[in-house]
Amino acid sequence: MATTDDVKLIGAWPSPFVMRARIALNIKSVDYEFLQEQLGTKSDLLLKSNPVHKKIPVLIHGHKPVCESLVIVQYVDDVWASDQPILPSDPYDRAIARFWAAYIDDKWFPSLSGMARGPTEEAKKAAYEQVVEGLALLEDAFGKCSKGKPFFGGDRIGYLDIALGSFLGWIRVTEKMGNLKLLDEAKTPHLVKWAENFCADASVKDVMPETDKLAEFAKMLMAKAKSAPPN
Amino acid sequence: MADDLKVFRTWSSPFALRIIWALQLKGLEYETIFEDLSQKSPLLLQYNPTYKKVPVLVHNGKPISESLVILEYIEETWKQDPLLPEDPYERAKARFWAKFIDEKLSQSVIDVLLTEAKEQEEAVPRAKENLKYIEEELKGNKFFGGATIGFTDIALGWTANWLPLIEKVTGIKLIDADKFPRISEWMQNFCDVPVIKANWPSYDKMVTKIQGIREKCLAPK
Repeated sequence: MATTDDVKLIGAWPSPFVMRARIALNIKSVDYEFLQEQLGTKSDLLLKSNPVHKKIPVLIHGHKPVCESLVIVQYVDDVWASDQPILPSDPYDRAIARFWAAYIDDKWFPSLSGMARGPTEEAKKAAYEQVVEGLALLEDAFGKCSKGKPFFGGDRIGYLDIALGSFLGWIRVTEKMGNLKLLDEAKTPHLVKWAENFCADASVKDVMPETDKLAEFAKMLMAKAKSAPPN
Repeated sequence: MADDLKVFRTWSSPFALRIIWALQLKGLEYETIFEDLSQKSPLLLQYNPTYKKVPVLVHNGKPISESLVILEYIEETWKQDPLLPEDPYERAKARFWAKFIDEKLSQSVIDVLLTEAKEQEEAVPRAKENLKYIEEELKGNKFFGGATIGFTDIALGWTANWLPLIEKVTGIKLIDADKFPRISEWMQNFCDVPVIKANWPSYDKMVTKIQGIREKCLAPK
């Protein structure tokens, strides 16, 4: 074990970004205190630890804050280096994993959000098409990265598994509430199988929210957004 | 086997410059392929089908895209003259700031270039607020990397070129030496580094280009 310093994670159970940090810590068997933020308020600790973005997750390791989910995942991989590597060992494989993780955050996730938050029905439909297109790219990437194994990372969950897998709860909620399919046996068969394996993994199953519970949360958020006074 | 390195770039791309700097700082030899983005080469489209953009680094036939991803690849493949600190916490900070620069800072600075009148008046304080975070983070160090430039300096480097250009084209000075003494000094130190000095694109061509970008954006639709 690299260190016995105090580890805290500021987060919230519905957040896919927070889940990434939790999965990484679980992979490394690191004990941590999970400090949950209340919806609608930001704790003093959060504001102090992440003054630039004021967002979760924040990992606090021995009083030092680390922000941004994928930065946290890499940090956890760097600090607890001897147990279960998260990033691949080969620099080119690492570059591919980082490329697709950045694609997920920069292009794909905004489209997923756009399906619910788009300003018009047209915008929401366009977002849906982009999500589906993105998943087709990721299906293809899976084939190249996994090399026949169950995960993007190979035999075990890795960086890109965490980057995409953290959205599975929200993907399922979107499918359920929109009565549509995003992960499709016909179009993305590998990702469908991968999703099952990911959610069943020991480091994931206790931190992946149940779809029903997340759907209730989503409905509550939408109701709140509708009733909020205009700025 | 000698490494075969190719960089696909344009003459003006600030993201491609990051790659040039990193390769030169590590003493690596490479071939440059200049792209005309209005007529992208089949090779570029093959090497970067997702974004069809520059820069792309091709190492022994294998392509890598996205400048920060490329920087990490260069760092991990060639260990001389390291760009990232060894300490995991310092590395996390370097990555955090690079992300902040690319996501929040860039857009807010470009917004000043691409707007006018009231919109621009609102964009200026937003850009300055983001620059203030950078100012605070510099904390009296010559560079983010310490005594020599590193990952975060390379990520921020384009501002040393673009901020004076934006001032020339819009009349707006974002970095006032009084309000941003550390960034002002950082810019001078950064521009003095030989690898940086040697690779800036032509000033006159950049003025014309940036003026063009602004005019195109502001033209009535």
